[in-house]
Amino acid sequence: MSAQSPAPLTERGQVLEERGPGPVAVTLSVNGVERSLEIEPRVSLLDALREHLDLTGAKKGCDQGTCGACTVWVDGHRVLSCLTLAMTCEGREVTTIEGLAEGDELHAVQQAFIAEDAFQCGYCTPGQIMSAAALLKEGHAGDDAEIKEWMSGNICRCAAYPHIRAAIRAVRDGA
Amino acid sequence: MRPITYSRAIDTATAIAAVSADPTSDFLAGGTTEIDLLRQNVLHPRRLVDINDLPLTQIEATPEGGLRIGSLARMSEVAAAPVVRERFPMLSQALELGASAQLRHMASMGGNLLQRVRCSYYRDAESPCNKREPGTGCSAIEGFSRGHAVLGTSEHCIATHPSDAAVALMSLDAQVHTLGPDGGERTYAFDDFFLLPVDSPHREHPMEHGELITAIEVPAAPVARHSLYLKIRDRESYEFALVSVAAALSVVDGIIADVRVSLGGVATKPWRARRVEDFLIGAAAQRSNFAQAARVELIDARATSMNAFKVELAQRAIVRALETLTGDGSESPA
Ligand SMILES: Cc1cc2nc3c(=O)[nH]c(=O)nc-3n(C[C@H](O)[C@H](O)[C@H](O)COP(=O)(O)OP(=O)(O)OC[C@H]3O[C@@H](n4cnc5c(N)ncnc54)[C@H](O)[C@@H]3O)c2cc1C
Ligand code: SF4
Ligand code: FES
Ligand code: FES
Repeated sequence: MSAQSPAPLTERGQVLEERGPGPVAVTLSVNGVERSLEIEPRVSLLDALREHLDLTGAKKGCDQGTCGACTVWVDGHRVLSCLTLAMTCEGREVTTIEGLAEGDELHAVQQAFIAEDAFQCGYCTPGQIMSAAALLKEGHAGDDAEIKEWMSGNICRCAAYPHIRAAIRAVRDGA
Repeated sequence: MRPITYSRAIDTATAIAAVSADPTSDFLAGGTTEIDLLRQNVLHPRRLVDINDLPLTQIEATPEGGLRIGSLARMSEVAAAPVVRERFPMLSQALELGASAQLRHMASMGGNLLQRVRCSYYRDAESPCNKREPGTGCSAIEGFSRGHAVLGTSEHCIATHPSDAAVALMSLDAQVHTLGPDGGERTYAFDDFFLLPVDSPHREHPMEHGELITAIEVPAAPVARHSLYLKIRDRESYEFALVSVAAALSVVDGIIADVRVSLGGVATKPWRARRVEDFLIGAAAQRSNFAQAARVELIDARATSMNAFKVELAQRAIVRALETLTGDGSESPA
């Protein structure tokens, strides 16, 4: 919680640099690697990842913020990449499912999803895992009711919910 | 999705100057409304001015016992702030019962107040809709209106105001601080910040183009320490309200000393239930009085055949919220 005093609001600043509407050079830091790409400003972070950086882990379910399949982290917070413009992430750190493992060692949540059979078709799974790993860091995995509420932003058409909760419990309990 | 240009503002004055100079420019905060509706072809900005780097993220307790929230503070941060949880539990509950964890990390408080209606005719970018295209008519009145409003409607629009946080802030007599294109600071009482549709549903707030919300101020309200947000919806989470109640109650020797009630999900703006409050002040804190007060509030309700259930549901929700607060009131019933 930052406690900044109100900034000077009244002095007129300089003119803004306007970029686009055509393709512009953008640098994104994704999974710890600086990536350069040429995109139009209207391109979402999701499309930048999938169509320009060949990172197809994050999925496009609805493109309207209603399913969570596109969940990634920006500066460590879980967000929806479909409603995020890629250009707003310049200077921020983007983490996707591809960046979760340490080398060949899967993240604990990834391992638990396999052990607990927490997916069927797998389409929602990258979003579920990014959301679940963030949930555990946020400390909102206290009991099943809390897990349900704080995972509600990730819809699973296959209804793997009980197994997803089991995977989250397993990581929470260090099992 | 139409092409746009993008600029990132580093100071407030430049951001305001950039947007106010051009009617096709919009501020971009969390983007959870703006990008969604740009993609749906409902909003048509040609330039977006990203305001996320502006220093408007503070969440400060005021010495008088109130709260000052920067317009770019995120829903998740405000909900989690100890001062909010302690002084204004109804506000943290309203925030945490809204949207999803991901969206709450993205969405700013200023953007939350300015989110657009969820009416499906508004969102389809096609149907006649007075809010989206003034003068074309309202498709909802004779159409699918289960989620629509029963209070504050007009023959031109019956869309519900979707924000949960705004319902709590309405109960708390919040103020909206802005900075206008002329550099002047302005302050709006919360009730004045949301306009009824009347005959111009496309006008939703009194700000001029390019005016920037800088902060939301909540004055001290001891009664709010004993408050809650009750949200009733079609599914348990990640869903907008059919009916919601932001209530605070103070009872002394069985008599209601102070009470605040606002309604969400049933009105075209965050709805302060002043008739409930007027009826209850000085009355005994008992169910029959809560029910009578709720009846009085909903007397003017105008329902369609599809949303008539809300008139009854709203009354029951008011009674439930107040009964919960009369009990130990420590936990949200939602
Ligand atoms: C799937 C889904 C479910 C949701 N569920 C809920 C719910 O249950 N309850 C609820 O309350 N909300 C819900 N929301 C709405 C969400 O809370 C809002 O979209 C969000 O609060 C908007 O904030 P933002 O920062 O993303 O705004 P933006 O999208 O960036 O901006 C919204 C509008 O406000 C303008 N604007 C932004 N900041 C300022 C400022 N400081 N000054 C002047 N103008 C400004 C922008 O130009 C834009 O027109 C949901 C949204 C989605 C997508
Ligand atoms: S209710 Fe309002 S937003 Fe919906 S169609 Fe009618 S005018 Fe448009
Ligand atoms: S694709 Fe982003 S929430 Fe569905
Ligand atoms: S596993 Fe199929 S959608 Fe979740």
